[in-house]
Amino acid sequence: MTKPISIAAKTRQIVKKHGNAKSAVIAVLQDLQEAFNYLPKEALKTAAKAMDVPMSRIYEAATFYTAFSLEPRGKHVVKICKGTACHVRGAAILQDRFETTLGIKPGGTTKDGLFSLETVNCVGACALGPVVVINTEYHGQVTISKVDKIIKKINKEEGAQ
Amino acid sequence: MVNMIIDGKNVTARKDTMLLEAIRGAGISVPTLCAHESVSRSGACRLCVVEIKKGNRTRIVTSCLYGVEEGLIVNTKSERVVNVRRLVMELLLARCPESDVLQKMAEDMGIEAQTRYAVDTDKGKCILCRSCVRVCEEVVGVSAIGLFSRGSYKEVGTPYHEPSDACIGCGACVYVCPTGHIEMTSTGETRKIWGRTFKMQACTKCGKYFAPVDQLKFISKKTGTSMDELAVCTECR
Amino acid sequence: MSGNTDKQSHAILDNLTLYYGPKRKFVAICAGTGCRAYGSLKVKDALEAELKKQNMADVDVLATGCLGFCEKGPMMIIHPDKYFYQSVKESDIPEIVEKTIGKGEIISRLLYRHPETQKTLFREEDLPFYKKQLRAVFGKNGMIDPSRIEDYFAIDGYQALAKVLAEMTPEQVISEVKKAGLRGRGGGGFPAAVKWEGVRNAAGEPKYVIANGDEGDPGAYMDRSLMEGNPHSVIEGMIIGAYAVGSNHGYIYVRNEYPLAVENLSKAIEAAKANGLLGKNILGTDFSFDIQINKGAGAFVCGESSALFASIEGRAGEPRAKYVHAVDKGLYDKPTVLNNVETWANVPLIINKGADWFASIGTEGSKGTKIFSLVGKINNTGLVEVPMGTTLYEIIYDMGGGITGGRKFKAVQTGGPSGGCIPESLLDLPVDFDRLYEVGSMMGSGGMIVMDDTSCMVDVARYFLEFLKEESCGKCVPCREGVRRMSEILEDICAGRGREGDIDLLETMSAAIADGSLCALGGSAPNPVLSTIRYFREEYEAHIRDHRCPAGVCKALISYNIDAEKCTGCGVCVKVCATKAITGELKKVHTIDNEKCTRCGACIQSCKFDAIYVK
Repeated sequence: MTKPISIAAKTRQIVKKHGNAKSAVIAVLQDLQEAFNYLPKEALKTAAKAMDVPMSRIYEAATFYTAFSLEPRGKHVVKICKGTACHVRGAAILQDRFETTLGIKPGGTTKDGLFSLETVNCVGACALGPVVVINTEYHGQVTISKVDKIIKKINKEEGAQ
Repeated sequence: MVNMIIDGKNVTARKDTMLLEAIRGAGISVPTLCAHESVSRSGACRLCVVEIKKGNRTRIVTSCLYGVEEGLIVNTKSERVVNVRRLVMELLLARCPESDVLQKMAEDMGIEAQTRYAVDTDKGKCILCRSCVRVCEEVVGVSAIGLFSRGSYKEVGTPYHEPSDACIGCGACVYVCPTGHIEMTSTGETRKIWGRTFKMQACTKCGKYFAPVDQLKFISKKTGTSMDELAVCTECR
Repeated sequence: MSGNTDKQSHAILDNLTLYYGPKRKFVAICAGTGCRAYGSLKVKDALEAELKKQNMADVDVLATGCLGFCEKGPMMIIHPDKYFYQSVKESDIPEIVEKTIGKGEIISRLLYRHPETQKTLFREEDLPFYKKQLRAVFGKNGMIDPSRIEDYFAIDGYQALAKVLAEMTPEQVISEVKKAGLRGRGGGGFPAAVKWEGVRNAAGEPKYVIANGDEGDPGAYMDRSLMEGNPHSVIEGMIIGAYAVGSNHGYIYVRNEYPLAVENLSKAIEAAKANGLLGKNILGTDFSFDIQINKGAGAFVCGESSALFASIEGRAGEPRAKYVHAVDKGLYDKPTVLNNVETWANVPLIINKGADWFASIGTEGSKGTKIFSLVGKINNTGLVEVPMGTTLYEIIYDMGGGITGGRKFKAVQTGGPSGGCIPESLLDLPVDFDRLYEVGSMMGSGGMIVMDDTSCMVDVARYFLEFLKEESCGKCVPCREGVRRMSEILEDICAGRGREGDIDLLETMSAAIADGSLCALGGSAPNPVLSTIRYFREEYEAHIRDHRCPAGVCKALISYNIDAEKCTGCGVCVKVCATKAITGELKKVHTIDNEKCTRCGACIQSCKFDAIYVK
């Protein structure tokens, strides 16, 4: 069992992987997001130093792009496709249902850290619309009762209420 | 030299200038908000737009970034130009209802607020002209402040809205801000800006507080000049 | 020439090429993102296992990219007879292997059934969806497993590159692409060869060649399917383009939401390198070229060229004023060719089949084919490739099979958030760059969203403006503030707070926002609003003056009601209602309290008797 690596050390590893190149800011942030499920402040500060880039520039990229979050994401990230085809097939009412049941708005995470809700613009599975992607799993032709079932199933698996 | 026709007048301009300079040089006024002599041009406010005609094609361009060209026909008062400028001012008035600078400008341009837009109450006087960010990056060279988020959530400030280690308290951002949005308070001994309190250096000759210690340290490091030399205010030098 | 004998490049490639022959037995199973969501990988695994079990392990199974007819996935095409099976389940596999693959017998329940004649159709080319298509670019997806470069060689892959390096000068390449009349497929429709010529003649080194795979228009997924299903076609196109303009470095910018495309492109680049098709001294010549993949990070605006460059450079995706063109100062302020993925995929085709062939397809101003994503309220959802000039009617009805549920067509939205809605009266319009502009829309990247009488056009405009408001970079005032304010007015209208004069105000704002914005995101943001006002003004007026939503969509303007004739009192709706707005005794007609009802739609979806209607 290897010793858990510190945020700073992991960050330096990632920066090194991209050759410490200043243009690799976004690629570094993507790897950090994947490693920690969000962008810890310490990671951003370490990256700025390691890449010799002003902290404001790192923070600029971290806040501009929606792929990144400055707060920890939930264990199950629910992405509701809001592409036009899914919208026309009723995606808005699914969003309503998720929001009401989970008590969070897009961009938010439930207090128990189980669910994060996001909207995404077209995942390219339009034939299955409306589509909801949970982590890497695609759910197609989602209805309100399917939404209820999905939430129930995850809560049950996680032993939550 | 380049020859153009601006608002019906023949105008000559030096080859490597922007239309904005050529137009103002011809005595025609052009409103601007995001252009400042000490920083690069960004074309963000769109107030300086003019209508240009090249051959058959007419276009609306920002004069601050469009270079002069031989044979260009420029109209600074066309309906399209007037409409863009009116839209920009109406939008800015709704965004920063407390800005007296914007109100005066709108008045001078004969533009009133558009009441259909609900006014913002959380934007202060910041019009996101980005002159502060550019001066901090290009002139001072520390990039302590930046532009974060996007769209209508975009804002200027320090990362995490926390006091920045990179800031040297020089106040250049305050100097270039067209609306006076950035707060800098001085109590003589200290200066507070962007949430950080800086100790001010007292002039070793006259005793007046004149610049933050951190700013002088930064200059010392960059230029190799000693702190002793720098600790004398500009009047006493 | 490139310091290479005529025969050398060809010879190197001949050594790599496989020839499979027409009698080859193989099964193509769609493993694109859409079909994977249907579970096609499990079907593929089951097929491979079953073939082994029944001693037919020599039959090749190709996990291909998107095959186009997404509505009917998971689908498979069994060669050499080319039988088309749709909606295949794991449980169908043993029978398929035994009967069709083993004995050539057809299983009719898996065949496509014509909705009108009820006749079953065996082969892909007989299906109405495919019949009128000309799948010059996209058709190759069915012949290759994107992780196997050999499959690409087998369909003459990289022959165009060999021809270019051995027989043509860069100027000749540009001239051929010019003759073909290839216009950009990403939305701008700019003549590709003119761009290339500009970069070739520009001063500055190094020069860059970039493929725009950011495909941000919601509802459009053509580029995704090309990058996933035939990544080599894009790579080969880029290498040819790089040779033509004098570039040695290329990038492919892929949307973050397309992980499979990134994976397949990465593998393809490695395979191309390993075979001397990328890297130093390509095919034995002194021409070198490498490609790096950059992933997007969730910003639609990065599909705009200067924002894309900023993103590659590690900055926020903010566009720059484009008075100096990218061909002179693009990425890192160097001469850059940026073309869309589909544009690049057309290049090997033009070299192989000739400019004359390409120019013989399409209309006067728009040559070649275009891939469209046909989605929304359409029966046959999928990707279609048609010659330019095909009419909207043919696409929507002949290939698309008309509107779902037999409902009435209302509008087709093209060009994504930069485009507009086209009404029924214009269905005979041929798809052509210039014709679409004339009616207030545009081709855009190829998204075609079909809407029926249950779509509210004011809500559609509201939807697009909300999208653009969220995606605006925030740099310039007309877009950041103007689009936001237009969005607010449309929210008001849809919520019953519209005011007299709003339509005029929207039109005035639109003209100034279009003129004043820094880039095309803001510049074309007014299009959805203007086109819906142009063709559906009565709907706007109904919302504003009568507080009515004729299509029954805008929640604040409708009410849910229970039809006493149809309600059986089963109580299912009561259970799903989140606000307890429905009451009623078991087996007695229920009622909805409109004060509590939020029109969330849960009850309508759950009612098995169709007893709840919208007023």
